[in-house]
Amino acid sequence: MAQLKLSNLAKHFGAAVAVEHVDLEVRDGELVALLGPSGCGKTTTLRMVAGFVEPTAGQILIGGKDVTHAPPYARDTGMVFQSYALFPHMSVAQNVAFGLEMRRMGRAEREQGVLEALKLVKLDHLAERLPRELSGGQQQRVALARALAVNPSVFLLDEPLSNLDAKLRSEVRLQIRSLQQRLGLTTLIVTHDQEEALTMADRLVVMDRGKVLQVGTAEELYERPANAFVAGFVGRCNLISGFVDPGGVFRTDWGGEFAVPQESAPGKAIFALRPERVALRPGTGHGIPGRISAITYLGSLSEYHVDVSGNSFLVSMPPPPNDSPLRCLKIGDQVSLTWDVAAVRLLPFEPSSNQGEEP
Amino acid sequence: MMAVARRTLFRGWVLLAYMVIFAPVVMIVTISFFQQEIVSFPPDGLTLRWYWNAWQRPEFARGFVSSLQIAALATLIGVPIGTAAALALVRSPLPGRGAFNSLLLGPLAVPGVVCGAALYMFYVRAENFLDQDITATLGGLIAAHTLLTIPWTVRLVAASLQGLDRAAEEAAANLGARPFTVFRRITLPMMRPGIVAASMFSFIQSFENLDLTMLLVGPGRSTLPVAMLSYLEFRIDPTLAAVATVQILLVGILMAVTDRFVKLSRVI
Ligand SMILES: Nc1ncnc2c1ncn2[C@@H]1O[C@H](COP(=O)(O)OP(=O)(O)OP(=O)(O)O)[C@@H](O)[C@H]1O
Ligand SMILES: [Mg+2]
Repeated sequence: MAQLKLSNLAKHFGAAVAVEHVDLEVRDGELVALLGPSGCGKTTTLRMVAGFVEPTAGQILIGGKDVTHAPPYARDTGMVFQSYALFPHMSVAQNVAFGLEMRRMGRAEREQGVLEALKLVKLDHLAERLPRELSGGQQQRVALARALAVNPSVFLLDEPLSNLDAKLRSEVRLQIRSLQQRLGLTTLIVTHDQEEALTMADRLVVMDRGKVLQVGTAEELYERPANAFVAGFVGRCNLISGFVDPGGVFRTDWGGEFAVPQESAPGKAIFALRPERVALRPGTGHGIPGRISAITYLGSLSEYHVDVSGNSFLVSMPPPPNDSPLRCLKIGDQVSLTWDVAAVRLLPFEPSSNQGEEP
Repeated sequence: MMAVARRTLFRGWVLLAYMVIFAPVVMIVTISFFQQEIVSFPPDGLTLRWYWNAWQRPEFARGFVSSLQIAALATLIGVPIGTAAALALVRSPLPGRGAFNSLLLGPLAVPGVVCGAALYMFYVRAENFLDQDITATLGGLIAAHTLLTIPWTVRLVAASLQGLDRAAEEAAANLGARPFTVFRRITLPMMRPGIVAASMFSFIQSFENLDLTMLLVGPGRSTLPVAMLSYLEFRIDPTLAAVATVQILLVGILMAVTDRFVKLSRVI
């Protein structure tokens, strides 16, 4: 059963469309991430679920109950805000107790609940502090505990990690995920960080300009992106526009010719190829010729930017062993690129779409 | 070398500025202890007799009590009204908010004497109409001083509201609090520094007001500043300095106490 169901949800601010036709189900105990570039409507969607934004159209169901027009206090969602939004004049314990008080819980029961929630986030020793006496990471955990204490039907998080440093971020990410799984919380999380989405979520929703482009597991989105935007947004991707001719060859706009899978339909298309699926060899004559324009060493991975007839191609691979001829490659060297045709995906051509981060 | 010289120069300036600000205060406090009637340096000796003299004169004692009463009640009435107005100004989507704002801040721009004269004329009409005394009554003075407190309250509270994180209020609603509970438990406490500062300012504004009050007092009732002015018409001796010293002390204590609750430097 879907614990949270959005159907045909839309929000217009005057003439501006922030969210359009969003259909989404979050199952009981599932963590779904809303992923997309800045301004695509993630926060607006989340705020509609929490009840802070009145939808222009559509319906929101929580646990089968229509809450589209219910006020925020009657929705039983637990939200963690990007700025944490702790009550500055209340101690950590009072912050966490607030939701329990609103539920008219008795004093003893409330204290028990506060203690449990603070233990979950390992902050029970700081219960009497004021929020401003805590570090950013600790404040973030108080915000989590406060939302968790009321045991909400739907747990909502709006970029909860964006104010933390990189190390803390990956730590808290794991903490949130394990808490969510342990407590079986139905969760909707907003992020624009694809790594965050990939590591935490059961399923991802990729949004762009107010629309949902694709919903799926990390693997589905990575292996079978529905369009060039998703391919470019989830992981990196070489995206080349052109067309498939009746002979089954992909002709790029700049005159290149690539082999494509046999069943490909002729017509305009976008050729998509993940950088780790491309093999690179020194010298010419083994595949598509190109010239190295940049090399980036990333530790476990090396990235080569290869110039093919004026177009940049991204190739990534683990750093080559010491005795490999690839080891001596430098900027300006001639190389050839090859790939398995099965790794190529042809995506629908969209004239005006923003095609992700890679060329 | 340059840096040291510049720093010394800067410190010198700061010291000078403080001296200019505090000179009158120091002067008044000193004079209040001088023995001779007509102030001259050096003093013939030091005495507390001017304080005793002030204490002996009924118009000062009565003026002092009146001023305290008026300032306290005007603050109690004006601050809630000003706070409500500030909330409406900052929070509601009302059209014409700009005009409303100017109207509320108006009394700050109009000279006190003009305000006083206008109020006096209004009071006289109202007296004729209602057949009831208003000028020179406690009620009339409190009403007039309430007008003094509102602009300050609106300004200070609106400023504190603008800096307020609305997400905290949303978080409270999300945790199940209804709008009134959100206001009482979250918004109001977060506005506290602004309200405390506004109360203090209002109190001082009213307590030391002379220009507006001057036109509204009468034989029945006066305030301390007006009593001081009247005294000055007959005599010049350090009694006034003694009264002023007491006033300075009172305001100083008030600010120190307020500062214990909210750091004034954060709201002003
Ligand atoms: N109150 C509002 N009034 C008018 N336009 C708004 C309002 N709130 C959001 N928008 C617009 O709606 C669109 C979506 O905003 P939203 O905050 O949902 O984006 P987002 O996906 O959360 O972006 P980010 O990653 O930057 O937080 C934006 O174009 C924004 O300008
Ligand atoms: Mg956002």
